[in-house]
Amino acid sequence: MPNIKVDEARCKGCELCTAACVKKCIVMSTTFSVTGYYPAVCCAPERCTGCGLCAQICPDLAITVFKEEKAKA
Amino acid sequence: MLQVNRRPESLVDVKMHYCPGCGHGIVHRLVAEVMDELKIRERTIGVAPVGCAVFADHYFNCDMIQGPHGRGPAIATGIKRSKPQCIVFSYQGDGDLASIGMAETIHSAGRSENITIIFINNAIYGMTGGQMAPTTLVGQKATTCPLGRDPKVNGYPIRVCELLAQLDGSRYLERTSIHTAAHVIKAKKAIKKAFQCQIDGKGFSLVEVLSTCPTNMGISPLDACKFVQEKLLPQYPLGVFKDSDGGMNNVSRN
Repeated sequence: MPNIKVDEARCKGCELCTAACVKKCIVMSTTFSVTGYYPAVCCAPERCTGCGLCAQICPDLAITVFKEEKAKA
Repeated sequence: MLQVNRRPESLVDVKMHYCPGCGHGIVHRLVAEVMDELKIRERTIGVAPVGCAVFADHYFNCDMIQGPHGRGPAIATGIKRSKPQCIVFSYQGDGDLASIGMAETIHSAGRSENITIIFINNAIYGMTGGQMAPTTLVGQKATTCPLGRDPKVNGYPIRVCELLAQLDGSRYLERTSIHTAAHVIKAKKAIKKAFQCQIDGKGFSLVEVLSTCPTNMGISPLDACKFVQEKLLPQYPLGVFKDSDGGMNNVSRN
């Protein structure tokens, strides 16, 4: 299943990814990260399509996007 | 699982010092990805500006030099002329390029130096504390015009791409933005074209990137993106202002 991994130590909580996500599956955490920001978390991995738009807009390269490999026909 | 994106090799694996939501991080990544894709990292020399991106040499994994305020194009000219096999880019903000460095910018374009300039336009001075920049919009508040920019006192904003498009020496000029993911992807294409223009030896190329400075604009990063969409885009229309190989009739505008 496509998913994203947010590096909490790098995330500065700017919320740009929450607006970029078409499926609205990124929200801000309610707990502090080690750097004192509210980091982004994926709240609905089942909706994630692995499009990578959140990683495109992330200024701190904190988001890594994973996608399932397509089976070769 | 397939990893869709990965950190470009041309970007050092350290945490950046920029404020949350700052556009510099995005543009750094785009330039680094372009360097990777064109396989020019080993022969690229960058010029870091004065401003928030003064520490760009900590982040770009290529040779870097840091220049005095506004003198990026002059330094890039010297490097390119002494080492023509190198790819030279200058990374500058609006206070750097359009204010104190305007003479260097115009004359390097006029001489058609074979360099690439990445111009970050966020309509405000960042590092020095939110002063009015030459690109600040009429009516926009800054610390040196707290009631908003008044054209009678402070003049009008300067459109750099349009200005340089008049010069015969400029070869590739495009204005892009990074306020949405779609614009980020377009901005990367523009930066790649500008570097390709230099590799092909055509001459002066400049990519203007409309960016955000949430800290000094005093708004949230999301509101700063809205500001770019609603206020900056009408004043600074996006598009290719020049794509020429030196022939006078090959000038395109949109």
